[in-house]
Amino acid sequence: MKKTGAQIIIDALIQEKVKVVFGYPGGVVIPIFDVLYDTKELEFILTRHEQAAAHAADGYSRATGEVGVCIATSGPGATNIVTGIATAFLDSIPMVAITGQVASPLLGTDAFQEADIVGISRPITKHNFLVKSIEELPTMLKQAFHIARTGRPGPVLIDVPKDVSMAVMENYSYPEEVAIRSYRPHLTGHMRQIKKAVAAIDNAERPVIYAGGGIIHSGAHRELLELAEKTNIPVTTTLMGLGGFPGTHPLFIGMPGMHGSKAANYSLQECDLIISVGARFDDRVTGHVDKFAPKASIIHLDIDPAAISKIIKVDIPVVGDAKNILTSLNKLVRKRKPDAWNDQVSEWKGEELFTFEDSDAEIKPQAVIKKIYEITKGEALIATEVGQHQMWAAQYYLFDGPRHFLTSGGLGTMGFGMPAAMGAAMTNPKKPVIDIAGDGSIQMNIQELATLSINRIPVKIVILNNEYLGMVRQWQDLFFNKRYSSTCLRGGSLCKTCVGGDKCTKAYVPDFVALAGSYAIPGFRATSPDQVEQTLRNGLAVDGPALMEFMVSPEENVFPMVPAGRPIDEILEG
Amino acid sequence: MSTHTISVLVENHSGALSRIAGLFSSRGYNITSLTVAETDDETASRMTIVVDGEEEILEQIVKQLNRLIDVIKVIDFANDVPVEREMLLMVVDTTKSNRHEIIELGNIFGARVSAVAPTSITMEMMGTRRHIEDFIMMVKPYGIKEVVRSGTIALAQPRK
Repeated sequence: MKKTGAQIIIDALIQEKVKVVFGYPGGVVIPIFDVLYDTKELEFILTRHEQAAAHAADGYSRATGEVGVCIATSGPGATNIVTGIATAFLDSIPMVAITGQVASPLLGTDAFQEADIVGISRPITKHNFLVKSIEELPTMLKQAFHIARTGRPGPVLIDVPKDVSMAVMENYSYPEEVAIRSYRPHLTGHMRQIKKAVAAIDNAERPVIYAGGGIIHSGAHRELLELAEKTNIPVTTTLMGLGGFPGTHPLFIGMPGMHGSKAANYSLQECDLIISVGARFDDRVTGHVDKFAPKASIIHLDIDPAAISKIIKVDIPVVGDAKNILTSLNKLVRKRKPDAWNDQVSEWKGEELFTFEDSDAEIKPQAVIKKIYEITKGEALIATEVGQHQMWAAQYYLFDGPRHFLTSGGLGTMGFGMPAAMGAAMTNPKKPVIDIAGDGSIQMNIQELATLSINRIPVKIVILNNEYLGMVRQWQDLFFNKRYSSTCLRGGSLCKTCVGGDKCTKAYVPDFVALAGSYAIPGFRATSPDQVEQTLRNGLAVDGPALMEFMVSPEENVFPMVPAGRPIDEILEG
Repeated sequence: MSTHTISVLVENHSGALSRIAGLFSSRGYNITSLTVAETDDETASRMTIVVDGEEEILEQIVKQLNRLIDVIKVIDFANDVPVEREMLLMVVDTTKSNRHEIIELGNIFGARVSAVAPTSITMEMMGTRRHIEDFIMMVKPYGIKEVVRSGTIALAQPRK
């Protein structure tokens, strides 16, 4: 079939069963957008910034497991998606980013809107392609989707020069098969290693399962549940693994690490065996690496051989897909009854994993999250930005299923939440989609209120407004003698001496409710604890997007906290 | 610190080299030597990388090399002694009186004279990295004008 490069790109998206594409046009991608104009099989969402298009594609992927797709133009369009690609890369999210590039003869000449995006994105993509001729285009598109979604997933970028998208291919057909000789991900675990793991689990006295985002990518949540219930081994999941194991399950002990539960951290420090599944021993989890889990042998199940023994020396590595390995493991592992170790872990866990002191006088941010949990019956899709609100969401919203918590764990990208929630909402989840945000983060992609409004995308935005960049302020509070340098969003860096609190005469800007109004989005504000529930109900009842602002206690800190670089049983409790 | 010679078979296309080099530079590691050329299969290139670094980190880099889509095969000659060669071209200052002495010295190392000028000679030599460094050290007192080294190429010892 005769097709132009631009038509081939759109046809590939259709063949790959992509339903929604996020992006922003520009000079060199006009040919692609021209084809989109007549395409009925795809829905295209025009964001207000390319970064948001990348996060939206990422959010779409996190909510479904399918490959998210975004399109941006060359130069600044391409550099604007860099943060979005890096965010997806660090959390192993399958994404295909298509960028326009200046025409091939102009490559390397500092042409208008030229940036070497293939060079720039090399360390933050699983793979990337510069398409040098239309003949390569179909194969590269096919490979891009294959690479993005298989093995350890990740973002793939395809850079398409304008002359390639305008060129014509006489006998186009989309390839049916992919053959990449150098890329064959290990999917099934080695039986000998699995048997070793089984023996270690059967012989352990104080085992803990430590599960990460790999559970969710692999769709191994049922198998994980089976393993835990068969063996009665307590389960901690990382931030990325939340929802991979039911948050309300008696064996669940919360997330580990810097803002993890005491139960998770003490269990890891005291256990004699860690069964790590699709987790990567991130520094926010391990704290002081040399003092992490000193008594434990480690089984590490991971699809990525490079993740094995990267941070912590592993005793029994099993490389493969979590679902496959756990299925084999579950058949062989012995049943185990709850014993003294379970009693000890339950004692650490107590009644609730996380607690805070509520107040009648001011709104506690944790109380807002708990109320959201209550009202949505734990069924909402929750996206977050990055900072204190993110940690509170992770602590107080109990996720019972996978793909319900969308958060930038690895890169920690402020401004991620609203566009990611937008991507998730485009999957028609039939559940509320809520972006839990701080007043700092939300402003990093605030322009997307326009996209939500125009397309009537039903994202509910909850802003926990403490008038600070709260997480940095918390570190300044705890480790920098309360010197709140550039973290107060009333004064910023302008106030030489802070008079603080009620004495401060500066007005807080923006007025988020009024701002929402200017985008024709209903806005609601709660300033006292008694208004919290009604404000949430008002916002959630809106058909379409809504914004809810909660004026929360300004100097609330996230606890428990393990200071960076300390062993994870050295816990500050506020 | 230890020195590793790492042989990487990669797809022969643009971008592969910087992808591989990036794994070293992102750790702040400097590559001691790097050679790249096509193999008998024109779609694949062989790179030989010599690098100094911490043992565990180099092991990690090797795993990450394996993870790259362009990489077909990686061999880390950490413990094996491979068949290893490097080529040297060197211009040495000479006088009438010491020219013979330098050529004699070259003979001991298996170096040949590839060009002669009134006040200098150009010598070429092939050998192991160690061998070449020894020769350079011996010639240094006579005055070296210029040195160019190819960097090490290596292959696994054939199985017996």
